[in-house]
Amino acid sequence: MSQKVLLNAKAINIILHRLACQLIENHKDFSNTVLIGIQPRGKFLANRLAEMLRTEYKIKDLKIGYLDITFYRDDFRRGDKIHEANTTNIDFVVENKKVVFIDDVLYTGRSIRAALTAIQSFGRPTEIELLTLIDRRFSRHLPIQPNYRGRQVDAINKEKVKVNWKENDKEDAVYLISN
Amino acid sequence: MSELSVDHLLGIKYLQEKDIQLIFETADHFKEVINRPIKKVPSLRDITIANLFFENSTRTKLSFELAEKRLSADVINFSAGQSSVKKGETLIDTVNNILSMKVDMVVMRHPNPGAGVFLSKHVKANIINAGDGAHEHPTQALLDSYSIREKLGDVAGKNVVIVGDILHSRVALSNIYALKLQGANVMVCGPKTLLPKYIADLGVKVETNLRKALQWCDVANMLRVQNERMDISYFPSTREYTQQFGVNKELLNSLNKEITIMHPGPINRGVEITSDVADSKQAIILDQVENGVAVRMAVIYLLASKIKQ
Repeated sequence: MSQKVLLNAKAINIILHRLACQLIENHKDFSNTVLIGIQPRGKFLANRLAEMLRTEYKIKDLKIGYLDITFYRDDFRRGDKIHEANTTNIDFVVENKKVVFIDDVLYTGRSIRAALTAIQSFGRPTEIELLTLIDRRFSRHLPIQPNYRGRQVDAINKEKVKVNWKENDKEDAVYLISN
Repeated sequence: MSELSVDHLLGIKYLQEKDIQLIFETADHFKEVINRPIKKVPSLRDITIANLFFENSTRTKLSFELAEKRLSADVINFSAGQSSVKKGETLIDTVNNILSMKVDMVVMRHPNPGAGVFLSKHVKANIINAGDGAHEHPTQALLDSYSIREKLGDVAGKNVVIVGDILHSRVALSNIYALKLQGANVMVCGPKTLLPKYIADLGVKVETNLRKALQWCDVANMLRVQNERMDISYFPSTREYTQQFGVNKELLNSLNKEITIMHPGPINRGVEITSDVADSKQAIILDQVENGVAVRMAVIYLLASKIKQ
């Protein structure tokens, strides 16, 4: 197994600042926008961006929630692996709000498909956007593209992209892992 | 560990402690789901479930049906009263006929103890026991423990007394298994005639004085007297039963602590529990009903995940 560093902590920090600025361009003071981290791994990116928007860009009253998509997946009973559910925590209504989905890696697009269905349980948003740190080009199964992307990566299907976060994995880094 | 160790839920007796924890963790997620504006997830849209009720039920049947519909399963219902069982069809024939219509899972209540176990050996479907005679009622015990866990934080180490008609109660037996498995201390309390002879062999304390039992416990689970299962008289009169084994506000106030009151329903107000207790905030009877849907969703979801495509 070999692994290559795609992004180090410094590069990630620069990208996060750019993504934060791009969000502000479109959503101004976020009074009508909510951030939704897709569980399990999108939570870390969502928290990091929210923290940055609050402290460094002085956005007040930023709303952030976490959405678990386990019960909406299209591969229930189809694989050997059983998916473990995570906590959904959305303590506001998304009716008539702009929603920004946040996830670390966009790969086949199936998680986002599930998230699009799942969010309907919380109301009808006016608009849904997608922000991902890594966009794995050429591997999509569905017509889903990010509105905000940190870095585009060309990886073949056998390879794996792993995003590490300081809060959970002791370091900020993105690796390309191949067997 | 994210899979149950069993393919059917026939009784708590067949479960391991980690199965119960998995069911509870999954139920936590479903409890969040059923409190959303739209209370439905699409997980089981390709699963068909038959609810076979060979014995009367309101709560359990509705709770199962709701749990199934919240998971998007297709549901068919069957009550023995209006069926060919009356025409002499055997249980296996009835169920196999239903399974020929491509049913994946069977939820069954039956007056005979062991009906679920018997069926699981002879038909190809996942079976959930929704009560078999005076034997087991596993989902009720799971939702009872889940409600204790929700109210008191943990089941392990808690003192739980089950009061009333232990002899005819499937809820009592399943609760004893479930509570012991999770490390709770269990006591049964009732008239001697309604306590099975060797019940202490299950590792439970036996008490015939309600006041002493309540003094000892953190949680009291009040059972209904199952008159429909009694072919002889087990106590002199309902009035005398109430005086000895009914809880009322006075009795609870005279204890030097606040205990939690549970009841699996249906309540006979004024017999095993007075209205002021049943409607007080000490009682978590309606929480039990809400949790019942979440726990049954978890059980159905986890068993369905074992059905291969």
